[in-house]
Amino acid sequence: MAEDVLAKIDEKVKQSKVLLYMKGNPSAPQCGFSAHTVEILQSYGVPFDTVDVLADPAVRDGIKRYSNWPTIPQVYINGKFVGGCDIVHELHERGDLAPMLKETPGK
Amino acid sequence: MITPDEITSTLEKALPGCNVNARDLTGGGDHWQVIIVSSQFEGKSLVEQQRMVNEALKEALDTQRIHALGLKTYTPEQWERLGS
Repeated sequence: MAEDVLAKIDEKVKQSKVLLYMKGNPSAPQCGFSAHTVEILQSYGVPFDTVDVLADPAVRDGIKRYSNWPTIPQVYINGKFVGGCDIVHELHERGDLAPMLKETPGK
Repeated sequence: MITPDEITSTLEKALPGCNVNARDLTGGGDHWQVIIVSSQFEGKSLVEQQRMVNEALKEALDTQRIHALGLKTYTPEQWERLGS
């Protein structure tokens, strides 16, 4: 069962160019950190997918094990774990997020 | 709870030559904002850098002596640029 969740997450992460695991959804975030992360991503005008971890306790727990990172939200770009709210905020301030969002996945 | 000196000495052991600034956010000794500048962060993502710090402070985090930990990590070069 647990392995199923990790496989499902892995598939999702690899499908999306920009993916945000959050509490709630972009129109109705259920946590300040998720809301702030949505704001930052939206400011770049790039499309991104979101998964509401509150909709599935298995995913809420599984995503933390998948990345070995203890908190939500979590941002993935081109299949790679980038960080949570603090790190994404920091990358945004340092000007490092724009190039990451522009990167095209090497296929 | 933990003292700023213990945070600093623990991190200096794990990341020799690093510079640490630990700020007690509440005065209770368990909510911290820590800035770490280390040459060992070079070439690593912020996630990797913060994992290194979390790993060094694992005992204090696991035992809840540190309850909340805000991190800012920089390479010496990034830190210098910030100050200029």
